[in-house]
Formats: sequence, C-alpha cells, structure tokens
Amino acid sequence: MFGWEFPPHNSGGLGTACFGLTRALAQAGAEVVFVLPKRFLVSADFLRFRFAEIENVKFRRVPGLLYPYVTSEKYAEIRPNANSNLYGWSLLEEVQLYAERAAAIAAEEDFDIIHAHDWLAYPAGLAAKRVSGKPLVVHVHATEFDRTGGTGVNQEVYAIEQAGMQQADQIVTVSGWTKNIVEKNYNVPSEKIKVVHNGVDLDGLNFGPKKIPLAALKQAGNKIVLFVGRITLQKGPDYFIQLAQRVLELEPKTYFVVAGSGDMEAQIIREAARLGIAERVIFAGFLRGAELEAMYRAADIYILPSVSEPFGITPLESLVAGTPVLISKQSGVAEVVKHALKVDFWDVEEMTNQVVTVLRHPPFQQTLATYGQQEVRKVTWLEAAKKCLEVYQSVLRFS
Amino acid sequence: MARSGEEMFGSLSISVKVLLIMPAVCMYFQVHQPLRVKKYRVFDIGQDGDYFNDDSETNLNNKRIVHKVAEKCYVPASKVLLDLTRRYPEFRANFSISGVALEQFERWSPETIDLLQQLVATGQVEILGETYHHSLSFFYSPPEFEHQVKLHAAKVKKLFGVKPKVFRNTELSYRNDLGTWAEQAGYDGVLTEGWDHWLGWKSPNFLYRPPGTKKIKLFLKNYKLSDDMAFRFGERTWREWPLTAEKFAHWISAHNGAGEIINLFMDYETFGEHQWADSGIFDFLSALPGEVYKHPDNRFLTLSEAAREFEARDELDLPSIVTWADTERDLSAWTGNEMQTYALKTIYDLEPVVLETENKNLIESWRRLQTSDHFYYMCTKWFADGDVHAYFNPYASPYEAFIAYINAVADLKWRLEQVPRS
Repeated sequence: MFGWEFPPHNSGGLGTACFGLTRALAQAGAEVVFVLPKRFLVSADFLRFRFAEIENVKFRRVPGLLYPYVTSEKYAEIRPNANSNLYGWSLLEEVQLYAERAAAIAAEEDFDIIHAHDWLAYPAGLAAKRVSGKPLVVHVHATEFDRTGGTGVNQEVYAIEQAGMQQADQIVTVSGWTKNIVEKNYNVPSEKIKVVHNGVDLDGLNFGPKKIPLAALKQAGNKIVLFVGRITLQKGPDYFIQLAQRVLELEPKTYFVVAGSGDMEAQIIREAARLGIAERVIFAGFLRGAELEAMYRAADIYILPSVSEPFGITPLESLVAGTPVLISKQSGVAEVVKHALKVDFWDVEEMTNQVVTVLRHPPFQQTLATYGQQEVRKVTWLEAAKKCLEVYQSVLRFS
Repeated sequence: MARSGEEMFGSLSISVKVLLIMPAVCMYFQVHQPLRVKKYRVFDIGQDGDYFNDDSETNLNNKRIVHKVAEKCYVPASKVLLDLTRRYPEFRANFSISGVALEQFERWSPETIDLLQQLVATGQVEILGETYHHSLSFFYSPPEFEHQVKLHAAKVKKLFGVKPKVFRNTELSYRNDLGTWAEQAGYDGVLTEGWDHWLGWKSPNFLYRPPGTKKIKLFLKNYKLSDDMAFRFGERTWREWPLTAEKFAHWISAHNGAGEIINLFMDYETFGEHQWADSGIFDFLSALPGEVYKHPDNRFLTLSEAAREFEARDELDLPSIVTWADTERDLSAWTGNEMQTYALKTIYDLEPVVLETENKNLIESWRRLQTSDHFYYMCTKWFADGDVHAYFNPYASPYEAFIAYINAVADLKWRLEQVPRS
C-alpha cells in the first residue's frame, strides 16, 4: 500500500484515513505493507502504542519531501522561487523518485495487490504494477477539482491523476460525490468505480485530559461554533467567517474557533478584522489528539462549510465527541450521516438560521448530538475495510 | 387471522351458520390536512406573523396540497361513496374530519365540502367528533382540549347540520380517562386501536367498556384487515396481491361467529393518495359492498348504530396511551425525542399568556401550532419504521421541521410580548 502521510505526521484527513483503513484491514485479516515516501521523525512511542495490537502492518519508508495538500498558490508560498506554472519542480521530481523507489520495493516484496492513496502515490502504484504485474487499486480521497474548487486545475497533477485512474484495475472513491467528479472529469466508466465511505475510530478519540478549553468563556454564557480543517479554499473558511458575522448579529455572545492552518490563514484573519468581528474569532492553530477532542467537546456546534469535500472525517469525530454538526451538502460525509444539519456551502443565510436555532434551543442541540452519536457508531473503518477486501477479491478474480 | 370459514369450521360451517351472528362492518375514514409551517427562519421572528402561507412548489404549500389531494382522493373517492349510497340504501360509512381540514377545503376545495355534505345528507354517513385543530391537547391541557372539541362540533353543525355522537381523538390516541371523559361529555362511543399487545386474548371484533363507565362503547380498529386495505393493497410483493373485493369480503365473512363487528379504520387518503388510482383502489371500494352483501346477513353500520345495537362484551383497561401509529402504537412518533417534548412543552406553556390576551388571531395562531403533524415531522425514528415517516414529511429532515416550528413559536412569543398588559 502506497500513501504519503500517516499520523501523527498528517496534515489532514488523508493520514487519518490511511491509519483507520490499514488497522481495520489488518483486523479483517489482510497483511499490509505500508510504504511511506519519507523517513518521518515520528513519535516512536505513539506509533508503537498505536500499532502494538496490529502486528502485521509493516512500514517501509523512502526518503522524500512531500506535502499532501498542495495548491499552486500554496506551492508558490512554500517555494517562492519556483516557476508558478509548475506545480513544483521539486515536488514532481519527488513523486518520480518515490515511484522509482516504489518499483525497487515492489521487486523485493511478496504481495497480491497494490493499493495507492491519492495522486502523489499513483506513480508509485503504477511503477509497482509494472515490475510486479500485480493488479492496482487507486483510492481517491480527493481530486484536483476538489483542491482547487474547480478553478486553476494544475494540468500536470491532472495528468498524473488521470494516468493513475485509467491504468488502475479498479478505482475506489471515498463517496458518491467523488465518484461523480471522477466520472465527469477523468473519463472513467462508472462500473470501474466503487464507493467505500470512510469510517471513524471510536477509540482514537476519548483519551487525554478532560479539561475543556475556553472554559471561562463558556462559563460566562458564551456559545462556541467550531471550524476544523485546513484554511484553504476547498474547506470554505471564508463562508465560516461570513457565518460568524451573521450569527453575531443575532447571538452576540458567541465565539467562533478556527482550528487549522493553511494558505488562506492570513486572508481569513484580515477578513475577520475587516468585518469587525476579530475579537469573536479565535485562531487555535492546528490541533490533534487530545487537544482536538477537547475542542470538539467545548464546541456547541461543528461546521463543515466545504466547497467540495470528498468525504470529511472531522464531522464524524465531532459526533463521536458528542457535538452536533452542520455539514455542507457538497460533501461525501452527508451521504453517511442523516442526523446532521445539511446546507449548501454558499447558503450563509440558511446556515445562520440553523446555527442560531441550535444555539438558542439546547434540547434541539441535544437531540442532534444524541442521534448523531448513535449513528456514527455504525460508520466504522471495519465496514470500509470489508468493502476494500471485496474490491481486492473482485480484482484478483479478473487478473 | 382466519382467512376462510372453511378453515375455521370445516364441514360444520353449513349446519351452524344460521346460529352465527354475521359481523357488521364499520368503515371510518379520517380526513385531515394540517396547516404546515412554512420555512420560517430566525430572521423572520418579529417580522412575519403568518406561519402557514408557503407559496412555493414544495409540499409545504398547503393550498397546493389540498388541490392535489382533493383531485387525487377527496373528490373521486367521495363520488364513489355517493354512488354506493345510491346503489345500496343500506350502505353506511363514517367520517372524522378535522376543523383545520374543513377550513382549508372551504378556502381551496369547495367541491370537497359539497361532496361531503351530500354524503352526510344521505343519512347513511356519520360524522365523528374530534379536536378542531387535530391536537394532542387531551394529554397536555384538558380545558384546551374541551375547547377544541366544542369548536369542532360547532364547525360540523354549521357545515353538516349534525351533532357528533361518537368521538375519536387525534391519531386514534386513547387512554382510560378519555373513555371516562367521552361518556361524561355525552358520547355513545369512542374509538381506538385494537393492538394485540394491549388486548391479549381479547378480540377487536367486539365492543368494550372503559373502566368506570356505564354506557359508552369502545370501538377497536381491526388493524389487520384495515391495513390490508390501507397499507398493503398496492404492494406487489405481498402474497395476497392483488387484493380483490371478493377476497376481502370473504375474509370479513370468515369472522362469522368470531366477532360482532369489523372496524375498518383508515385515512381517507388511502383512496387515490396513499394507494394510487392505478392500483385499482377505487374499483375495489366500489365493488366491496356488493361483495359483502353476497353474504345475505352481512351489513355496514354507522358507529352510532353499532353502539346502539351491540353490548359491551367486557371491560377493557387501557391505562397507557394507545395510538394507531407505527409498531409501538404509542405517542413516540410525536413525543419520542427531546426536541419534540421541548416543542410540545413550549407551545402548551404559552396557554395562560395566550388566552389572557383574548386576541382572536393570537389564540388561533397558537392553536394551529398545536396540530399533531408539526411534532410528527420532528420524528427521528427513521431507521426502524422510517419509510412511512419520510413519505409523510414535507421537510428535508426532522431537524428542519423543528427549526421552522420553533422559530414560528418564537415569533408568537414575540407577538405576545407586544400585547399591552392590563
């Protein structure tokens, strides 16, 4: 299995998904060799702790410098000297290097099937397929169309994605939403795509101290509305700020917490200031683990205003923590959670209407939380792993 | 359920037949359309005092729904029944029609009113009593309940010139104290669900006596036969499909000796709305009396006639609330989650303040917000018996139903605050 990030060295849901899926696959009886591009400075304790129970997951690392969620704008920020027409001279080189090393690893290893997660790993998957002759499954967690919001699609990345999807034996998408995007934009027949919704780890949360952040604010009668995710176009942080402005007109005793970082961070801070709500918007930075869980618990409602969200694991984590969610209709997670508020990402008025009603009526908030929490228990990685095994079996039958 | 007389009695059936009492058939059709709350938003509080005037192309548009259901059900079904009253002078049927439905028909479907009036004028169709606003007020505010029953009786008197003699509470909800109340209020009968879990060995095909009453008769819905018509009729996977009038009449006759009365209670919308015309439901209805009358002793009765004719065979103790809804047959579709109980409490807590204003508009808004459907739309029992709930829900989710409702109530509160206090 080829991926490029793994907790705790993940910048978003992709690493979380790789962790959840591989652990469940191992539980379901699959032996997984997980190839990472780089020797990360991982917290060995954490890793050992996490994987002690799943002995048959092996980690292979190749050196590299990869950043999973990159847009051309972000790339210009990271590499100001790079030619902005290229996605990144170094990045694409690294992807090629990763593919070369992947071929070498594939020649050494004994396996039945190759599974590659998202575009940075597709060339590695294809290389492994070439040297081994084994079938390739590509797993689409996001496409270039999600990352860019549909404008400014990078042609080189698009070409890599298309090569991966067309040469793969089977495509797995994390939602029906993403399946539609793949069908529409990558010229792949519907039959070749199988939807495997992500899951959520119930034991991955619920650890650490129970100290509630922002406790003083809450005790003073303030409500907390939470955004968790990269501060980037795809995630709709600008809609979150517009929401904050409208909600504050009706419910002034509310704080808006932005947990994450990203290329639009400076822009969002400026926007909050321009709207005169800066003191009501708290930037918490990138949170993980116990800190993130505590933030979910502190919040009265979690918002996912994504413009295009292939899946969206964070609302599931919020529900596990007992905090109700409002999710964009333009998300995969909306396909698996019924007990949630659902709004078009652009409909800030309706979002405001729903959020204010939650803040004003605690029994409503409680009902959403109770049923959402019950429901999310059924959205497991084991289900996802079982579906992946079905995909493997069908691919192996035809190869 | 016994499906055939032969199976039950074998060769004895011919010799004992003369000794058996043939069961009478009581058909009661519920007619109700709520005034659905439009997509009322937080921004509308204090700005818009009309909660029920959605004019979109959605199922929140009450006028649109009345037009649609009148065309598909009320008009054609009433024509079939009128025809039946002419063909069979002995044919009988019963209706319960909520006040909010009658009001909407007066505004948007006078033809429905006219046909219902013609039916009642035949003397073959009885009108039952219920709450004007199709509310659950019996369980939340007895004085308010009595008021709504009086409002309904006045409306029925005005439109049909009759006084209801038999009572049915919203969603067939019932508890012992409703039986006691109905007797004191002068009714001859009261209706509820005949659910096995409460009946034990007792049969729904007899009349019963609520504890502590003397004269009033308790009618129990035969849910198996009723649901064969109302729910299963058009279901092609059902092993009895297609259900013919002949077969159904045979099932009714199979109860000879095993009961005195078969109560077929269902929504009137069964005809043409829940079961579409192309399922053959109208032909079935039209053919049913003829098939039932093929057994010469069989008859149809109004509920009042049945209450006069049959004795209560036993006392029936129903101390907890019974309804005709879902597999639980309780109020959980209306009160099963926290937002529902909160919404109900919020609206009934307003009672003293609303009544104190003596303002007709405010009181009427408050009553319209008591209609049980508002709370039904907030039902979260989606995964167990969800299909029925989703089908009847004009909102995208129970949560959107709550949002519209609670913000309308917030506006009503705001309007109440504007009324000068003496």
